[in-house]
Amino acid sequence: MLEIANLEVVYNEVILVLRGLSIQVPNGQIVALLGSNGAGKTTTARAITGLLDVHEGKTTKGSITWNGAEITEHLPAKIVESGISQVMEGRRIFAELTVDENLSCGAFTNRANMDANYDRVMEIFPRLKERHSAVAGYLSGGEQQMLAIARALMAEPKLLILDEPSLGLAPMLIEQIRDIIVDINKQGVSVLLIEQNAMMALSIADFGYVMESGKIVMDGPAQKLLNDEDVQEFYLGLHGDGGERKSFRDVKHYKRRKRWLS
Amino acid sequence: MINATLQLAQAGSGATFVQTLTKALALGSVYVLIALGFVIIFKATQVLNFAAGALSMAGAMFMTILISDGGFPLLPFDNPLAPAEGETASIAVFFVHVLIALALAAILGLVIERLTIRPMVGQPLFAMAVITLGIEIAIRPFNLDATALEGRRLGVPWGADSWVWGGAVVPKSYIVAMVIASIAGASVLFFFRTKLGVAMRAVAFDQEAAMAQGINVGRVFAIAWAMGTALAALGAIVYGMAPFPPGGSVSQEIHPLLALRVLPVIVLGGLDSVAGAIYGGLIIATAEVFAGQYLSQWNSTLGSGYSTIVPYLVMLFMLLVKPYGLFGTPEIRRV
Ligand SMILES: Nc1ncnc2c1ncn2[C@@H]1O[C@H](COP(=O)(O)OP(=O)(O)OP(=O)(O)O)[C@@H](O)[C@H]1O
Ligand SMILES: [Mg+2]
Repeated sequence: MLEIANLEVVYNEVILVLRGLSIQVPNGQIVALLGSNGAGKTTTARAITGLLDVHEGKTTKGSITWNGAEITEHLPAKIVESGISQVMEGRRIFAELTVDENLSCGAFTNRANMDANYDRVMEIFPRLKERHSAVAGYLSGGEQQMLAIARALMAEPKLLILDEPSLGLAPMLIEQIRDIIVDINKQGVSVLLIEQNAMMALSIADFGYVMESGKIVMDGPAQKLLNDEDVQEFYLGLHGDGGERKSFRDVKHYKRRKRWLS
Repeated sequence: MINATLQLAQAGSGATFVQTLTKALALGSVYVLIALGFVIIFKATQVLNFAAGALSMAGAMFMTILISDGGFPLLPFDNPLAPAEGETASIAVFFVHVLIALALAAILGLVIERLTIRPMVGQPLFAMAVITLGIEIAIRPFNLDATALEGRRLGVPWGADSWVWGGAVVPKSYIVAMVIASIAGASVLFFFRTKLGVAMRAVAFDQEAAMAQGINVGRVFAIAWAMGTALAALGAIVYGMAPFPPGGSVSQEIHPLLALRVLPVIVLGGLDSVAGAIYGGLIIATAEVFAGQYLSQWNSTLGSGYSTIVPYLVMLFMLLVKPYGLFGTPEIRRV
């Protein structure tokens, strides 16, 4: 079980972004972490996977434990080795490398089982098998998201953290990704699903958290959150400004690292 | 400077062409080696390594310390590795020494990375580039002192011997240079297909995403510096073989060349491209050597050293038409 207790994270020594965040991801479950732009979802993912350092961030209070062992501020490689992998926001595939080479990077900490994991991943993503020697930058958006998930699975994680996997994808692809997450979970991988698309996340999650300005403001079984009026209003877009939010996300997607083919 | 050899065969124009071409390819081999070292470091770490000249020469100095006339002052004079005064090493001993020198250069690269680059990770790239400039300035005096005035011999087994093919005189060192550069170039290309090489390309493309895969970025940096320094050293060792420098030894004159001549090469090829380093090195050397050979009747108007500025003219032209080089990635971050 992953357990975050009273976590505080500060960027650049002054910007307090997480203010006493507590969440739990029990083994074998899918847990949804919802929240609007700037709530601190990505920061939470960074804190778990040891990537705060890259962003001049620090945990100033609280702890993160994984199956009982403290992993707060461990090095990213050590955390991957301990069984936690992350699919980063915006996919972040290595666009200049081929699909196979991307997967090889994912297997960096787990060479021993690489062949078996490769076969397993290709079974989940037959589309990637067809394009295994293609340069990743030429894949479609959906294929790139699949590659990002496949790459994370090459490390054979026990816990998979997905940061907005539905971002910038068409509804049909979002459904496909959702089904894949369910499949992966059925194979015994716990999932922390970070999403703004609350409908998608809650429809497959066991439990959900809603965070706002660095704190959990609501939690409960996914079904209960789906039926909650506030959640419906603010996160399921039933209050009419869905269009505006959508455009924000498009902008966000657009400003992703575009070094490739630009 | 190699005109002495060339003039031997001024008879046939075909022979002259062959001689000029082999000289160009041999000099190109030196450029390719040093440029490859530069490119690997830049690719993996985004650091412009202005210390390439001093580091490459330091690598050649390691070699002379082991093998040169009399040995290094700090080593006992009956250094078992060094051939007796005036003798040259056997081919096997020579190449063993090359490997030892490369290993020492790699260690130097590791030490420099660990002490000066690693603590700066996350700082502006401009600051890193300035640090490498500082390394260049700090190491240079050691090189120059050690070479003394007359230079230090590498104990090249074949000395300044040449083969003669149909009237063309081709120094053995030129062929050796080409073979060494080909092996090194192929090894680098192969390396980038291995697990570690793929990881290095991943780090080059997106450092944070590479870290998220569990790739140890610090280790990748260290390997890049070790490889980059060893390749630069190999370039200087090859360039120390007669008849590249007039005396056939590692001398003070070759340092500025090593330090400054790769600049046009990498600007032409692209800072981050292995293929660019190879083509860039060969093109620049060809332009330089052919201009020196075939425009020599204008020596009086152009001045005798004009061929050495040809690389810079090519570089200027390249900067105007294609600033990121023949093979470089268009969006190189500004430094
Ligand atoms: N490197 C950083 N330095 C300073 N502040 C940062 C940094 N990264 C994020 N922040 C700030 O921290 C807050 C939380 O950001 P975070 O990216 O974690 O939010 P998020 O919930 O993932 O949002 P989104 O849905 O837009 O991805 C934001 O106010 C953001 O401006
Ligand atoms: Mg985010």
